[in-house]
Amino acid sequence: MALLQISEPGQSAAPHQHKLAVGIDLGTTNSLVATVRSGLSSVLIDDDGHALLPSVVRYLPDGDIDVGYSAQAAQSQDPANTIISAKRFMGRGLKDIDVSLQPYHFVDNNNEMLQIETRAGIKSPIEVSAEILKALKNRAEKSLGGELVGAVITVPAYFDDAQRQATKDAARLAGLNVLRLLNEPTAAAVAYGLDNAAEGTYVIYDLGGGTFDISVLKLSKGVFEVLATNGDSALGGDDFDRRIFCWILEQSKCKPVNAQDTRLLLTKAREAKEWLTDHASAQITSILSTGEVVNVSLSTKQFNELTQTLVAKTLAPTKKALRDASLDIEDIKGVVLVGGATRMPQIRLAVADFFKQSPLTNLDPDKIVALGAAIQANTLAGNKSGADLLLLDVIPLSLGLETMGGLVEKIIPRNATLPIARAQEFTTFKDGQTAMSIHVLQGERELVSDCRSLARFELRGIPPMVAGAARIRVTFTVDADGLLSVSAREIASNVEANIVVKPSYGLSEEQILAMLKSGFSAAEADKQARALAEAKVDAESLLEAIKNALQQDGHLLSLNEIKTIREKIDALQANIHAGAGDANSNAIIRATEALNAATENFAARRMDASVSRALAGKNLENLNL
Amino acid sequence: MPSTNYFELFKLPQTFSLDVAILESNYRKIQSESHPDRFVTASPAEKLASMQTATTANEAYQTLKSPGLRAAYLLSLQGVTAIDEKNNQMPADFLMQQMEWREAIEDAENASDVSTLENLLEEIGIAGKSLQESLKNQFQHNHLSEATDSTRKLIFMDKVRADILKSIEKLD
Ligand SMILES: Nc1ncnc2c1ncn2[C@@H]1O[C@H](COP(=O)(O)OP(=O)(O)OP(=O)(O)O)[C@@H](O)[C@H]1O
Ligand SMILES: [Mg+2]
Repeated sequence: MALLQISEPGQSAAPHQHKLAVGIDLGTTNSLVATVRSGLSSVLIDDDGHALLPSVVRYLPDGDIDVGYSAQAAQSQDPANTIISAKRFMGRGLKDIDVSLQPYHFVDNNNEMLQIETRAGIKSPIEVSAEILKALKNRAEKSLGGELVGAVITVPAYFDDAQRQATKDAARLAGLNVLRLLNEPTAAAVAYGLDNAAEGTYVIYDLGGGTFDISVLKLSKGVFEVLATNGDSALGGDDFDRRIFCWILEQSKCKPVNAQDTRLLLTKAREAKEWLTDHASAQITSILSTGEVVNVSLSTKQFNELTQTLVAKTLAPTKKALRDASLDIEDIKGVVLVGGATRMPQIRLAVADFFKQSPLTNLDPDKIVALGAAIQANTLAGNKSGADLLLLDVIPLSLGLETMGGLVEKIIPRNATLPIARAQEFTTFKDGQTAMSIHVLQGERELVSDCRSLARFELRGIPPMVAGAARIRVTFTVDADGLLSVSAREIASNVEANIVVKPSYGLSEEQILAMLKSGFSAAEADKQARALAEAKVDAESLLEAIKNALQQDGHLLSLNEIKTIREKIDALQANIHAGAGDANSNAIIRATEALNAATENFAARRMDASVSRALAGKNLENLNL
Repeated sequence: MPSTNYFELFKLPQTFSLDVAILESNYRKIQSESHPDRFVTASPAEKLASMQTATTANEAYQTLKSPGLRAAYLLSLQGVTAIDEKNNQMPADFLMQQMEWREAIEDAENASDVSTLENLLEEIGIAGKSLQESLKNQFQHNHLSEATDSTRKLIFMDKVRADILKSIEKLD
């Protein structure tokens, strides 16, 4: 197991202060959970000593749900109820995927995210992924002996907004507090960079089970700056298995096969592929449900020929990423291989050939993503660590708006550093118009039909004016998770427009709440008690933070401003300490919000002050250079 | 929020020729203080302040890093709009030059000739560099109308370069 030293031994926080936070690599084929303990990032293993959890979920006849190796073992007996590679379906509609080799009963919900009918009912890929996350959460809480404060969950860098949102929703369903969605190659760069004290420009080439990512990063003194990213969110080891599968059918002239046999042969194909990594040829034998016997031999040479177009498919995004970063091959200091599929010799050769240098393989390609995510989780949760990390990541695909004639107008270009906000002004074209609709798309192409629809926003509550008089400023913000949010305001009247979002491939808030409800059937009284306890915890932590801030930076405020904040503090404290019968979670939440709102200016001034301090220090440093 | 002067934000003198190394290191300093990763467990007010500062820093960095955008921004600080949909008058010789480039791109694209496209990219890059030299002088001597012309040209050249990159991508 790879271990990463990120702080001096003995320097780590005392156990009772250490917040339990984990990094989760939610993979297409395999998932892992890792954490930082005593300054070391390590993968948590299950009771049987396995680090990997196969990303396979089986809905059993007795109503139970099986996740991992046992589910994987049952896949060819019970293919329709055993969901593999659910990640490929996240945020996708039925028309987006190749259903030909899938044994599932898909439910088409008019262009929304696809669903699968199982014996346990209709399941969305979000619910399937949530089962995997729950299993990892349980593993972590058992092994760490406490409740997690949060998790960093990794996603392919090339995931679009819908796929990211789906991942976040899955985490919410699993009861995880998401500290951050982190791009898989960036996580790998963190683990590699810290472990090797790497400085310079590096490429992360990540070919997993179902996704391909390429990221170019500049590593310098704990800053990991992504210069460009590219990829294919539907290309991975799975596709190599399919090529072998088709070849087997061709060779043994036994087509078409049923769902069980498809799963059986795909598993054989995968085994052969992995075998060929260390051997010159693989024998594939199997007896199908029809009694037909499959017995073929596949040589490395044949395998290479079958899959050379797949290998080439990874090089086009690689070129694009380099070009977007304005870099040549000579500028690249090292290429780090990530993902189980990079074990294939033809991949290593192709990468070495393209970059004119041997790729770096000194960290376990299966674990590096989870290890990096754990380091980030540890930092985000506020645990002290030796490494002062800063990750500057980018948006992988451009965001645009639908304009006249089915064209897309770009508002945020791909590879822009996050977080980013861009505003655009719109006007009404009818007298008295009070609503308008905005269609947001993601992708690089010019036509709406060639890009991915993210959402339609309905702006309502525009003050009625003559046509063209209203000026509606719509701000698109993409946060550090790579997720889009939209706000709008009519400038002349300063009226906030009300926005109704219809995500094209996501779950609505109501759907999520309904799923959450069916999961926990806690009694009403129980819920109230929990809500009150949570409101109090939030209130106390805000109070403490603000008291500290006042002590440190009170000089940034006028006496009057301090007085206003003190009043809100007193009001909140009165609410928290109200007698048991009067204690009311809503009142506490309102008072907390009021205190928070009263400190917005203070927070902004503190931010400015800390930026000024940092720059003042920097200039001195520059003189010394 | 009052609009921030990007040069003041990075503690840089308000000039066209700036020290890119200081820009970069001060950008990183600001992100170190303001990035949302530093405020995951903070109050909503602090998260808001973090988002505002971090997004402004990103916008400012992108603007000042690109010579064309930097020039346009400098002009905007003096009340001159360089990029205007309605008024993008160009000298006739530059229009000719631009048409030649566009034709060359189209021809090369039709002939799937990536190396010609790459040469064009380089040629325009060199032309851009010499425009930047002129801009330095024009800003230094406060010749705003000349600077506006050069800025428009530079931004146009950036657009042509982006189009060439798109064509190369298509052919790859
Ligand atoms: N020795 C090997 N030779 C060839 N391929 C291998 C080998 N070991 C694992 N693989 C392949 O690696 C893939 C799984 O890699 P990994 O666990 O990194 O993917 P993942 O993280 O689940 O997927 P993703 O990152 O795409 O979501 C599978 O296709 C598997 O067959
Ligand atoms: Mg992976």
